[in-house]
Amino acid sequence: MAKDFGIGAEAKRTEDIRYLTGAGNYTHDVNVHGQAYAVFVRSNMAHARIKSVGAAAAEGMPGVLAVFTGEDFKDVGGNPAGWFIGSRDGSPMKEPKRPVLAHGKVRHVGDAYAAVIAQTYMEAKDAAQAVADASEFEELPAIIDMAQALADSSNRVHDEIADNQCFDWGWIEDNRAKVDAAIKAAPHVTTLELVNNRLIPNAMEPRASIGEYNPGTGDYKLTTTSQNPHLTRLLVAAFVLGIPENKLQVVAPDVGGGFGSKIYHYGEEALVLAAAKKIKKPVKWVAERSESFLSDAHGRDHVTKIELACEKDGTFIAFRTETMANVGAYLSNFSTVTPTFLHGTLMAGPYKVPNVYVNVKTVFTNTAPVDAYRGAGRPEATYSLERVVDQMCRELGLDPFEVRRKNFITTDMFPYTTPAGLAYDVGNYHATLDKAIELADVAGFEARRTASAAKGKLRGLGLSTWIEACGIAPSNLVGILGARVGLYDAATVRVNPTGNVSVMVGAHSHGQSHETVFAQIISDMFGIPMSSVDIVHGDTAKIPFGMGSYGSRSLAVCGQAMANAADKVIAKGKKIAAHMLEATEAEIVFSDGVFAVSGTNRSKTFGEIAFSAYVPHNYPLATLEPGLEETAFYDPANFTYPAGTYLCEVEVDADTGKVDVCNFTCADDFGNVMNPMVVRGQVHGGVVQGIGQALLEHGVYDENGQLLSGSYMDYTMPRADDVPFVTVDHSCVTPCSHNKLGVKGCGEAGAIGSPPAVVNAVLDALNRGGHKIAHIDMPLTPSRVWSAMNA
Amino acid sequence: MKLAEERHIAADPATVWAAVLNPQVLQACVPGCESLTGSPTDGFEAVVVQKVGPVKARFTGTVTLSEMNEPHSLRITGEGKGGVAGFAKGGAFVTMTAEGTGTKLTYDVDASVGGKIAQLGSRIIDGFAKNFAEEFFNRFQSAIEGPEQEAPVDAADASADEGTQDTPKKGWFRRLIG
Repeated sequence: MAKDFGIGAEAKRTEDIRYLTGAGNYTHDVNVHGQAYAVFVRSNMAHARIKSVGAAAAEGMPGVLAVFTGEDFKDVGGNPAGWFIGSRDGSPMKEPKRPVLAHGKVRHVGDAYAAVIAQTYMEAKDAAQAVADASEFEELPAIIDMAQALADSSNRVHDEIADNQCFDWGWIEDNRAKVDAAIKAAPHVTTLELVNNRLIPNAMEPRASIGEYNPGTGDYKLTTTSQNPHLTRLLVAAFVLGIPENKLQVVAPDVGGGFGSKIYHYGEEALVLAAAKKIKKPVKWVAERSESFLSDAHGRDHVTKIELACEKDGTFIAFRTETMANVGAYLSNFSTVTPTFLHGTLMAGPYKVPNVYVNVKTVFTNTAPVDAYRGAGRPEATYSLERVVDQMCRELGLDPFEVRRKNFITTDMFPYTTPAGLAYDVGNYHATLDKAIELADVAGFEARRTASAAKGKLRGLGLSTWIEACGIAPSNLVGILGARVGLYDAATVRVNPTGNVSVMVGAHSHGQSHETVFAQIISDMFGIPMSSVDIVHGDTAKIPFGMGSYGSRSLAVCGQAMANAADKVIAKGKKIAAHMLEATEAEIVFSDGVFAVSGTNRSKTFGEIAFSAYVPHNYPLATLEPGLEETAFYDPANFTYPAGTYLCEVEVDADTGKVDVCNFTCADDFGNVMNPMVVRGQVHGGVVQGIGQALLEHGVYDENGQLLSGSYMDYTMPRADDVPFVTVDHSCVTPCSHNKLGVKGCGEAGAIGSPPAVVNAVLDALNRGGHKIAHIDMPLTPSRVWSAMNA
Repeated sequence: MKLAEERHIAADPATVWAAVLNPQVLQACVPGCESLTGSPTDGFEAVVVQKVGPVKARFTGTVTLSEMNEPHSLRITGEGKGGVAGFAKGGAFVTMTAEGTGTKLTYDVDASVGGKIAQLGSRIIDGFAKNFAEEFFNRFQSAIEGPEQEAPVDAADASADEGTQDTPKKGWFRRLIG
């Protein structure tokens, strides 16, 4: 049945009305009476000892209210890493302090070492320049290359960390010897060395924060661009500034994209709060785009050697990877879990491979911190796996489709525990492969290739069969693995006396359509119109608690918490209805918004029950509290495991090396789909970001640690003419077995599955065209492709 | 970035050497140089206005001469701070070898920039540096050789700002020293 509301409907997005009419309320739209402005003074050098900060130069300049330096924060806490990782030798990871403002040394270009607060933005800018001019540094050699950083103890990002290594992690360490032996004995081993290029997130809205302090009550308020207001509150309050949590409200209003970069707490947020208290005025800061490039947490940046051992017929025996992962100058909040548990645990892919071993060394360098970026570890895992599988097929002359079929976990094997430690609950990888082959018209590829050849173009077909783990959980397990937070989520469903509903959710929507999709679920469960449901998020004063949005977790974790709270509302409604209808609770059935006594025509509407709960004149007061509001916390029993097949067709211009993506086809299994239009949009966006990584985007530092791709002149974001129309299908459904909604998450899939599909397609085109090339590192710019063709 | 070039100057090495050590020559030859004071032994203080791509800045900094082996070779090192625009620093190792009646002058340049100049101007920085060095040695050559020599000044890319840039007085240095 085609529906226009409720679960599964293609409901139009309610949030679009304000987004598309300029009525959004972003942090920079918020202006507080009497606010002052903060401008940060950032290092021009990648690595230098601070000899003196010229704060005095700004004092007395027009409008200047205060100047802060690292000295002002040396006695408060640092911004911590959220996940503990131990090294193979049993030693703990190295956790250097990440201060609010750099103290002692600056460690990357863009590292803020002072902040100026002034009455106007321009006055603050002028004073910041004066501070920069008057500050003295002793420049130190920049540490940029990871291998060199590990090898050279004479030059250190953090003086106390001799080898610049955060940790050396083995997963699963006990399997190492067995995997080594399997590879040694294997009939065939394919080895690839790969770079997973550094990406710069580039959310449309730059980071921004407003700090307020009420001297009368001691209350602080932080309005900020966050995916995760409760985590920010916890970090600022308990770890950095020592403010009681109940005295700090964090509001994340409309947020213009995050892609991971706004999960984390940044020093600017602590600074505006401390400054507001000191000068007794609200303090606002908005990043310039140049600042965003330098100071937002970047993504990826892995250097990996992967080996695939197999039989001559392509049956997998083992995967072994050695990865160096760049964490930049400081540990951002999720920087230690991203290259480990979000990466290493996925290194079995959707395959029944018996042996997997992953080694990850994380390295400090004089570059911006690196952390989770859309996909977070799983794109890196998928890229390594799908590239090496593709290369193995080429080496052995095997069909890449058949090799996948042969090695896929089959539907009768679930639940399936992989040698990388995950327990996949359900899936049907053959189904999505078949669906993608059908939708992409693989049968017609040869004809299209011939047509391309007639135009002088090399055409190629690239395949990627991906799996990911979303909704990271359960808390008791991740706690054992090193997580320092819980990974549940929470929601409060408040039915108002007149029967409309406010739902306070811990997930944060910064483009993901929660206000529509979550309302569809409540509308469906309560049998009321979507227009009667408001989804409230992004304010610690309003919502019960929450772990925010990242890792494609919002629906699978918070959505299920909300559904559980709604179930509690229905259960209470049945009690109220039983009293009003003079029946027993067991006799009450609820459907389509009506509580009825089973087998009779006696009934009460949802609205009547709500009204009765708040005007309890005819109400079982002796046994039931008035009101109709329920809260649920939900901690999932397992990850969810979306999976799918992506097929990419490219044309390569043989003269210039330029790659055009002609077709892109996605067949995904996201479990049950709440709103197909929203899911298509999520996949479109993810695929475009993946094509951006594969062909265009690259965060490049020179040997002195200067960011060379630090503006849109040099950092190439995908544009409309770089991408094709993307065919998206999610008809292959194996509902998640451990949440009642049966959902898995779709936010990151596109960015996870697409880069290897694109690169495999380009290499297919080149090899079919007679160029025997095993690998080209991303981004596959015309220059790189041409150079490989003409090497 | 690094670059190495050579050129022939129609004057003997001693004349070329004297020119390199002369602050007036240096000021006239450094594109966009607003002022240059000091001496070869104590070093020079300089103010240079330059535009690299979208970033224009006034750099204040020092120029030092070292490894002086009269009249054969020396190293010129400079470092300038341009405030929020960032910084530039670098050096050139210059050799002078008698070649016929003139001098073969080689320069081996190593320069780097940081901050906003690097962030916004990285695509053009190599070309900028090459033009800057060429411009410097063009001016230097014409300062010594005079107007009778062909000494075109390619001002297209290296020019900082019309208002702050002196047109070199061709051959004035050699006339000065006779």
